Formats: sequence, structure tokens, C-alpha cells
Amino acid sequence: MKLVIGIVRPERANDVLEALYRAEVRGVSLSRVQGHGGELDRVETYRGTRVKMGLADKVRFEVAVSDAFVDPTIEALCEGGRTGEVGDGKIFVVPLERVVRIRTGDVDDGAVTPTTEVV
Amino acid sequence: MPAGIDTGDTAWMLAATALVLLMTPALGLFYAGLVREKNTLNTFMMCLAAIAIATVSWAAIGYSLAFDEGNGFIGGLDHAFMQGVDFAPREGQTIPHLLFFAFQATFCIITVALVSGAVVERMRFVPFLAFAALWSILVYPVLAHWAFGGGWLMARGALDFAGGIPVEMGSGFSALAAAIVVRARKDHGRQALLPHNAVYVLVGAGLLWFGWFGFNGGSGLGTGNAGVLAFVNTLLAPACTLVVWFALDLVRGRQVTAIGAATAIIVGAVAITPAGGYLSPGWAMALGAFAAFPCYFAILWRPRTRVDETLDVLAAHGVAGFTGILFLGVFAQEKWNGVSDGLAYGNADQFVDQLLAVLATPAYAFGVTYVLLRLIALVTPLRGSEREEAQGMDIVHHGEEAYASGEGALLIKSEAKPADPKPRERVKVGA
Repeated sequence: MKLVIGIVRPERANDVLEALYRAEVRGVSLSRVQGHGGELDRVETYRGTRVKMGLADKVRFEVAVSDAFVDPTIEALCEGGRTGEVGDGKIFVVPLERVVRIRTGDVDDGAVTPTTEVV
Repeated sequence: MPAGIDTGDTAWMLAATALVLLMTPALGLFYAGLVREKNTLNTFMMCLAAIAIATVSWAAIGYSLAFDEGNGFIGGLDHAFMQGVDFAPREGQTIPHLLFFAFQATFCIITVALVSGAVVERMRFVPFLAFAALWSILVYPVLAHWAFGGGWLMARGALDFAGGIPVEMGSGFSALAAAIVVRARKDHGRQALLPHNAVYVLVGAGLLWFGWFGFNGGSGLGTGNAGVLAFVNTLLAPACTLVVWFALDLVRGRQVTAIGAATAIIVGAVAITPAGGYLSPGWAMALGAFAAFPCYFAILWRPRTRVDETLDVLAAHGVAGFTGILFLGVFAQEKWNGVSDGLAYGNADQFVDQLLAVLATPAYAFGVTYVLLRLIALVTPLRGSEREEAQGMDIVHHGEEAYASGEGALLIKSEAKPADPKPRERVKVGA
């Protein structure tokens, strides 16, 4: 099991979600974050005060997947998030020790696989 | 004080002018709430730009083209650069000519601002400024001349109390042309593009309604019966539109929506704009209720088309203005307005005149706006790259964000200044 963390441009978040959906990856968290990569700083002016905005808005996807889904998830993040310009973001893959589904107590692969029960 | 001035009329018209000017920043708030947060400032700035540009062009030439005698189509140039606009009243009026000029200027301003609703979130700012300048000279004054300035519609007897022709239909059908020329936002029809702040929308609508009392109530140009009737009808009609809108929302979705309510206020106020001083209070309420239907369904239908008329200027202003102008042709009552009866009271000619107005105005507004934007596009692109559109108009065109967090922002020390040879004089503080 891996936790795939993808940091992408906010305006690409919808495209990433669509790509993940097409790759049949279910179970996603996302949050708005601010960060700094290699991109050029943006200069803004507020009433004569000029500031360099060192941090850019990004969206951070967190997807916990079984090993078979790691590559499709990475591909979906790249496909949805890429514009070709500096600032498209990064993907980090980290190992997961344990996963528990709170409702049922399912653990590990059982917990990261989408439930197929009809509710 | 020059002869013929009435102090009561003048006092009310001074206040009414300020009320109408407030409507443009209110519209900025209303529009800004309806767009995504990355375009908040740009959307608001288009309304502020309308105040800047339209005021200057109105003083330079717009007022003259609208209200100088000229011919049936357009006014002359005798009032260009405010020549002859001073304290003496115009013929048949009781307020200073200067005040009449300023009151009418605020109408031109808000109409330019209204059109921006069709092109927000994608049109570049500088071409918009050029568009605002040309539109406020070539489109608004011509329509205002037809309706108020002694032009052919007015001469025929077509009735328009406060601007259903130049303001509401003028902006609505120009907006349609603008949306077609500028084309849809890149995400239109692909993603859900949601309003980012519904509270702005509600506050904006409330302030617009407040300002509308000056807009309609002031269009009697005094404190006479017509102005009072229009003022009261401006309360009655939008309230009825709200009630019907609630009902339509309930029937359709089982919930009454807030942004729908804000829209209903606008629709009701627009519908009563041309008719305010001509309809009895009862018929004004009927008009408010009736106007909800065409506008409600126009707003539902528009997103299913490929025309990205983003903030529904056509549905809210064009269609409601159209409805108000025709409705007044049927239900106007001489008993109330002292001017003319409508079709229902035995005067079919009035309806024919109103019909001419709703045919000619959209044709002129749509046609000239379409050509104007095509011509501007030959000189400079109307919109930026997809990447700029994704980044948002605020950062790209204004270098500011509406909701800057401040975290990670580094102060840039002002560019190395040449060494100051003598120390600056200290400014004395206090006395």
C-alpha cells in the first residue's frame, strides 16, 4: 500500500479528479495548500506597496491505494495536472503502514479498496 | 436662482442622482459575487471603469448626442463638452440643466457596467476600456435619444419611463452580441463555474434595489405624481417578482434559492423601469409577477446553449425590459399617468409604438455592439491565453488578489533611488 501525494495547480484540480475517476481510483482527499517550487515569483502591488508573492496556491491530493493502483494514480495525476509550464507540481509516493476503515474495521488492502456493497 | 427652478424638485433630483450612481458599485458587488474568486477584482473593476469612462465620454459628447435636438436618429453637437449646460432649466423642466446632465450621466454609466456581465472572467481589461468608451458614444446615446431625447420613438409616442429602451434592452441585447464575439470561457460547459460569494450577490442586489428608487423615482424629474407613482411601483413590482420566483423555485427544486432571490429583485426592478410612472400600482404588481416567468425560464435555458452570456444580462435585463415595455403598451392608464392609455384601455396605437420599440432597440444594440467588438478585435486581442484565463484576471490584469493571504509575501524595497542631495523638509504635524 502506498500513499500518493500529488500537489497540483488549483485550476487543474478538476482535470485531475476526472483523470482519477477514469482510472477507477476512488477515495481521494484534497486540500488547498500554499507552496513554493521553482516557479518565478509573482509581483503584486497594493497601494504602492510592492510585494513578491513567494507562495503560490496549490491543491494537494492524497490518495491511499493498493500496490496495483500506484501507477494508474500517478499517471492520472500527471495527465490531469500537466500544463508544461514551471509550477505544475510534484508527486510523492510514501509507504503506508496501516489503513483502517472506521465504519467496518476493515484493515489494509481491504480498507483502501472501494466498498462494493450496495448501501 | 434662474427662473423656473423648483427647489423641491431640485433637492430630490440631487439625491436621486447620487442614488443612481450608487447602483454601479452595487452592480460591481453583485457581479463580483457571481464569478470565481480569482476574477473578483477584475469584475468589480469593469464597473468602476464604466464610471470613469462613461462619465468622461458623456461630458465630452454622449450627452449632446442623446439630448441635443439633432434629428430623429441622433442628437446634435450643440451640447458637446457641456456647452450651454448650466443652471437654467431645459425647456419644460424645473431643475437645473447641469443636474439633468448629471442624472442622465449615471444612467449611461450603469448601462456600460451592465454589459460587462457578458464578458467577465475572460475579456482583457484594456480592450474593455476601449469598448466602454466607444459603446458609451455610439450605442447608449443613440438609444437614449430615441427614448428620451426627442428621437423617432419618442416623437411617435412610444413610452419609456426610466430607460427600458436604452438601459435595459440596450444592455441586454448588447450583452448577447458581446458574449458571441468574445466567445465562451474556456471551462464553459466543461466544469461547474459557481458563484464564489452569495452574500456579495445578496448585498449587491439589495443596494441595487435601494438605488433603483432614485433611478425610477427620479425619472419623473421632480416630485410630481409620476415620480411618486414610479417610486412606489419600484417597491411593489420587485416584491411580487420575488414571491413568484420563490414559488417557481419551490415547484422546480423544492427549495428557495438565495441567488435566485437576488436575481428576482433585479428582474422585478427592470420590468417596472419603463413602466413605473405609467401603470397603476395594481398593474405594476401584476407586471412584477408576470415578468418572473420569461426571465426565470430564460435563465434556465441559457446555460444549455453554447453562448456564454456569463451573468445573464440578456435574461435579467433584456428580457425583463422587453416584457415591461410591451406590458405597459397594454395596461397603461391615462387615469394614473395623465399621458396615455394602453391597448386594454382602448388605445391600440400605444401598443403598436411599444412594439416598434422592442423591435428596433434590440436590433440596433445587437448590431452595433457586434460590429464594434469585431473592429476592436482587429486592433488588439479581446482575450488572453488559456493560461492567463486559468490563472485569473485579477493577477494577470491588476496584479492584485481579492483574498491575498499575505503569507509568504516579501516586501520589495523601492527601487534604488538616486541619493537625495538635501534632506526632505519635515512635514509639520499638528498646529
